[in-house]
Amino acid sequence: MKRIAWLLMIGLTLMWLLLTGSASPGNVLLGAALSVAMTLWFSAVRPLHPHLRRPRAALRLFWRVAADVLRSNYAVARIVLGLTAKRNVHAGFVDIPLAVRDPHALATLAAIVTSTPGTVWANLSPDNRVLTLHVLDLRDPQHMRDTIKHRYEDLLREIFE
Amino acid sequence: MSALFNFALAFAQLCFILAMCCAAARMMIGPRAQDRVLALDTLYINGLLTLLMLGMRTSTTIYFDIALLIALFGFVGSIALAKFLLRGEVVEP
Amino acid sequence: MSADMLPPWLLLPVSLLLIFGGLLTLLGSLGLLRMKTFYQRMHPPSMGNTMGAGCVLIASMLVSSGLAGRPVVHEVLIAVFIVTTSPITAMLLMGAAVHREASQREKREP
Repeated sequence: MKRIAWLLMIGLTLMWLLLTGSASPGNVLLGAALSVAMTLWFSAVRPLHPHLRRPRAALRLFWRVAADVLRSNYAVARIVLGLTAKRNVHAGFVDIPLAVRDPHALATLAAIVTSTPGTVWANLSPDNRVLTLHVLDLRDPQHMRDTIKHRYEDLLREIFE
Repeated sequence: MSALFNFALAFAQLCFILAMCCAAARMMIGPRAQDRVLALDTLYINGLLTLLMLGMRTSTTIYFDIALLIALFGFVGSIALAKFLLRGEVVEP
Repeated sequence: MSADMLPPWLLLPVSLLLIFGGLLTLLGSLGLLRMKTFYQRMHPPSMGNTMGAGCVLIASMLVSSGLAGRPVVHEVLIAVFIVTTSPITAMLLMGAAVHREASQREKREP
């Protein structure tokens, strides 16, 4: 029995409703029919399905990321304005060993890393084991590794694996 | 309060236009192709935000659709350019 | 009805969000212009992509909800698109930069 991607269907229906801008019963029905048909037809194109285990952990991750986005925006703004003249900021690459294997968790990690200014996803080794990040203000590589591991990776494993 | 709102609208629009100027300058300077692609990426996000400001100024929602289209096509454009830099061709046989 | 006739308790947060978002985006693009190397230049624009765009989108959502008299949240779609697409662009650009710099070095010292 193939799993049915309920979340994708609901998401597509919501997107249809937002784009057309009305929630009349006929429109809801049309959107739902379209999204069910599209999900069933296109499931052959992408057979991987995410397993969302703990929605509440996802909410916790969201708040954590929001706080980190705020903090890193402040840090990068200081660097751009040159307010860190006393110590010299140097950028560099960090290799981070990863324990997550689920591709959806990795994709989420990529979105998190990219949307916090100051870190950019540079490379993932072909066996998905080592992630290379480029960090704008690299003070302590080991601290960076621990941050990724304990702040994001543990929660991601809890959610997806 | 509407004076503050009008000031905020004008201020934010000025900020976005200056930001677009910065990105355009980076696109001219280069020095390498990847800098120009990055500048183009920044430029279209700023353009999108400017359109949203226009939408708020004129109190219409038409600009929202244009902003959504810019988000989609800008992404496709940056991806195509970056892929070309990476491989020398966009669609691999 | 035009947007500046909305009630003050709505206009105040909208104005603050707009000023904040505009400043952040400007700082991001300024950083793009000021930073020395390509890898450093990758970082500042993502300020505008996340917080800057987020602030303006929330402001726009508040204004259009106030104008319509009901919650209007279609700006969420733009936020979703930006969040899902910017990692792909960043990854490909970083890959392209690493690749091109390696091949240039090879050409210089064969």
